[in-house]
Amino acid sequence: MLKLITSRLLIAIPSLIGVVIVTFLLTRVLPGDTAAYFAGPAATPQAIAEIKTKLGLDKPLIIQFGDYVGALAKGDLGTSLSTGQPVITEITNRLPASAELTLSGLILALVIAIPFGIAAAVKQGSWVDHSCRILTTAGVSLPVFFTGLLLVYLFYFRLGWAPAPLGRLDAFAMAPDTVTGFYLIDTLIAGDVETFRAALAQLVIPALTLAIFALAPIARMTRASMLAVLSSEFVRTARAAGLTPWKVIIVYAFRNAMLPVVTTLGMVFSFLLGANVLVEKVFAWPGIGSYAVEALITSDFAPVQGFVLAMAILYVLLNLMIDIAYGIIDPRARSEA
Amino acid sequence: MQIAIHRLKNGHFLISGANGAARIVGQAVDLPNNLDIQGVGTNVPGYEASWNCYDRLITHPMKTVNGTPYYDRDKFEGQLAEDMNVGDMSVTFKLKSTAKFQDGTPVTAKDVKWSLDRAVTVGGFPTFQMKAGSLEKAEQFVVVDDRTVRVDFIRKDRLTIPDLAVIVPSIYNSELVKKNATAQDPWGLEYTKQNTVGSGPYKVVKWTPGTEVVYERNENWVGGVPKMKRIIWRMVPSSGNRRALLERGDADISYDLPNKDFVELKESGKLTIISTPYSNGLQYMGMNVTKPPFDNPKVRLAMAYAMPYQKIMDAVLFGLSKPMFGAPADAKTEVAWPQPTKYVTDLAKAKALLAEAGYPNGFETDISFDLGFAGINEPLCVLVQESLAQIGIKTTINKIPGANWRTELNKKTMPMFTNVFSGWLDYPEYFFFWCYHGANSVFNTMSYQSKAMDTFIDGARAAAAIGDKAAYDTDIKGMVDLAFADVPRIPLFQPYVNVAMQKNVSGYEYWFHRRLNYATLQKG
Amino acid sequence: MTIASPSAARPSPLLATLKHARYVISDNPVTGLAFGMALVLVVCALLGPYIVPHDPYASNTAMALKPPSATYWFGTDQLGRDIFSRVIVATRLDLGIAVCSVALVFAAGGIAGIASGFFGGWTDRIIGRISDTIMAFPLFVLAMGIVAALGNTVTNIVIATAIINFPLYVRVARSEAQVRRQAGFVQAARLTGNSEWRILLTQILPNIMPIMMVQMSLTMGYAILNAAGLSFIGLGVRPPTAEWGIMVAEGATYIISGEWWIALFPGLSLMFAVFCFNLLGDGLRDIVDPQRRT
Repeated sequence: MLKLITSRLLIAIPSLIGVVIVTFLLTRVLPGDTAAYFAGPAATPQAIAEIKTKLGLDKPLIIQFGDYVGALAKGDLGTSLSTGQPVITEITNRLPASAELTLSGLILALVIAIPFGIAAAVKQGSWVDHSCRILTTAGVSLPVFFTGLLLVYLFYFRLGWAPAPLGRLDAFAMAPDTVTGFYLIDTLIAGDVETFRAALAQLVIPALTLAIFALAPIARMTRASMLAVLSSEFVRTARAAGLTPWKVIIVYAFRNAMLPVVTTLGMVFSFLLGANVLVEKVFAWPGIGSYAVEALITSDFAPVQGFVLAMAILYVLLNLMIDIAYGIIDPRARSEA
Repeated sequence: MQIAIHRLKNGHFLISGANGAARIVGQAVDLPNNLDIQGVGTNVPGYEASWNCYDRLITHPMKTVNGTPYYDRDKFEGQLAEDMNVGDMSVTFKLKSTAKFQDGTPVTAKDVKWSLDRAVTVGGFPTFQMKAGSLEKAEQFVVVDDRTVRVDFIRKDRLTIPDLAVIVPSIYNSELVKKNATAQDPWGLEYTKQNTVGSGPYKVVKWTPGTEVVYERNENWVGGVPKMKRIIWRMVPSSGNRRALLERGDADISYDLPNKDFVELKESGKLTIISTPYSNGLQYMGMNVTKPPFDNPKVRLAMAYAMPYQKIMDAVLFGLSKPMFGAPADAKTEVAWPQPTKYVTDLAKAKALLAEAGYPNGFETDISFDLGFAGINEPLCVLVQESLAQIGIKTTINKIPGANWRTELNKKTMPMFTNVFSGWLDYPEYFFFWCYHGANSVFNTMSYQSKAMDTFIDGARAAAAIGDKAAYDTDIKGMVDLAFADVPRIPLFQPYVNVAMQKNVSGYEYWFHRRLNYATLQKG
Repeated sequence: MTIASPSAARPSPLLATLKHARYVISDNPVTGLAFGMALVLVVCALLGPYIVPHDPYASNTAMALKPPSATYWFGTDQLGRDIFSRVIVATRLDLGIAVCSVALVFAAGGIAGIASGFFGGWTDRIIGRISDTIMAFPLFVLAMGIVAALGNTVTNIVIATAIINFPLYVRVARSEAQVRRQAGFVQAARLTGNSEWRILLTQILPNIMPIMMVQMSLTMGYAILNAAGLSFIGLGVRPPTAEWGIMVAEGATYIISGEWWIALFPGLSLMFAVFCFNLLGDGLRDIVDPQRRT
């Protein structure tokens, strides 16, 4: 297992280096003169030049890159100009918010999509199969910002079932002490049921928005993999042995069909992190996605670089976790690795 | 700030809950990036934090304009000062003995000098703003005794006193800041960025950049106990959500929603809506006069007749702005700014003028706008584009991201663009100096140069400094007439600051900075 | 499906595919529906500007924000423009963006992937690293960054969309090419003295076309969504151009105040198109999927 982890990490290093280089170059060709923006509305060219020097923007690109990598090695991601805070603290503060939202969306999607996928495979070709396909495809065909706005309109404005789309907690609720950074878990650790419910209420609609978007790939993969398993020898054998169809499907087929689904999760998660950016914007969610968008629009380099790097590392770790999970579900994969 | 180039973005503000708890909901870009206006690159919401957490020597009393409390430009009252004595070449302030910083130490003359020295020395925007009132050197600020400060004039300037009442010359707790300053940062900018160390009505108790700001009142404020105990800002980026919050009563005050929402909320009668024109501000269509075709005054005149003024008023602004066009033909030029031009939409006349100018078949050009204000700018430019197409002018619309807008303005290469300019100091000559003078400031976005105009502007400034009213009036009328005849920029409308409040919220005041004054707000 | 496959390996694959397609469509009504929807889209894209009832760019401030009626089927927007006409006319641009970006990524990613799978070794390693690097970015944010950096134009939206789909195409093409690398018909071509590049282009490429077509149909939908997302945050096409994404973004501010039609109809069109391409991709996959074929 350890060997697997090290080898996976080693493989990830070149792409991380690639990410650092690409991000650096991309942020430097962004239009908009950071120095002019922050020198204020009435800045003289001299004032702009001063700020340029202060920010080190007048040095040659290669030296700026060297400075950046040097700081990076010390764990310094720079300071955001638009919020005035060190990027590393902002990211560590905001990452749990994004992760909690994305994971909730993913879990919600799994809970809905897997039964859908199983049903579609078992009743292949029937109306269940077709309507399942149409529903999930419709979900992935909706732009997330549109879904989000419609849900807010319906559940908050029209029906009044959901709380105001104002981020993770209502203005009067106190955030729990940070243990994991996930409000749902932290409130339970603190034993504060009321805040737990408040946090959950805030989370439902944005998580649903994400889940609707993620249904299709999961349901589709579950269906395909169930179909393959159901037609395999051992399922036929189990059926022939007279086991109940329910037992065959859940115990034999489903367990084996999970493998490809787990592998897809990595892709779905990355897909959701992208969609997250727009969802956070609609729901005022204080995550890293909305942070990165704001930074990109103000040509604020440091947060954009920090965000992308954090995402890349997250992605590598996630894939590692999936490999490990794969190993646990399927002992063969472990020994082969 | 003397120059607020940005119209306020949609900020929401709400107060609710029991016992005077209050909260404010604003847009992401509307939260401070720095709590100190003297810091590097502080944004407009940061100005609001400074306004409400610090006091200045003097401030303006209120008057009433159309039923709304409105700051009185021409009058001053002491805030930290109990007494102000204007001499020929200096002004002397005596501090109130009750004035205390929020940590309990008294406000002394030393603090005042240190703070004003800082404003004229740190560079960037604060120093620039101080200069606008001829406050340029630390030597101008003299400690007379522990409670008396004198400000010496380097020249006679009508704007010196008003400039001491804007946000920049805030008074800081100098001992506290010095304790937290470093060798690289002698003015303690890093410390005041995160901490409000003034004597003002509120202090920031929690600041999560980009998410939330919480203010708490100063029980010992020299101006009396502020009404609301807490003010909380939250970020809500979607304007649809902001309106929903307001309508459902989760928000108590909101300002700068889309105009349409204000109009509808007003009609619904559930909320109080107050609209006040921007003081000394207007939105215009500018043209770069250094390059063809706009170097030709006839072309510019044609453009002035080709603007779809009324359509913009109706479809873009929903009537919530003051028209700056269509004055009666016999109207006399006033000594006031802004005032409407006599232009109206007249495409036949525009076409004829174009032909006279040598462009019978029109030409091609670009119209640029700041994407940060797309809500107004985009439909406006689309209407202008359509109108110009009818006289043969083909245009391409350029959306410029907010980050890039200032850079583009600085370059002065955009052929045609729409923008807002407004000044903190509400004097016509001041507006004209920045926007039309040959000194060619950033805000003379058209690169307009005219000897006659410079003479009027310099004349009016000189006349104002010595109080020569007759000469002043002549010069102001002269510059307005010339600006309208030469039309390097076409005035379109004077925007409104719109505020929507729940019926139980009161105490809104209009200030030159157009941000909220928390001390007077109350609920119930 | 119309690309002629070499007949060395299989007997008359074109005819078999067509027959199979007919079978799948009759077997699966959803795919038939998707083909119908695609036809509607293509007609709108080709004929849109000639069949709309109103000028999609003409403002009429007197008729602003009117709900759907007999004259304005989808209502009017803030400037009194007919939403129905705008939605129809926008089809051409939205499909155009999707088609161009998919064609671009097919050309770049498809060829790179085939080369990677076919040649292996360093080619494979370098191309693999490039696509790994792209994959390590949150894709939508990468697209935003590219458009922000290169400028706010349709061409750049196309390029950005192509770049973020690049790894997907590489992966699919690579695995397909790898399987066929030592196949009989490839060996045969080699023996007759064809160069490796020639084999790649004349033997491998046509053989993996069906799988690539499925991929293209699926990414068409994603490309449309991506462009709409970029428009939503302001990185889109220039006004007053009609485009579904930007129309939804503009209409979003009106949903709460009750003018639901401004965002709804472009949103539905967006959904219609993406839905159509997704179903079509599924259907095509059924057609080319060998498992299903048996």
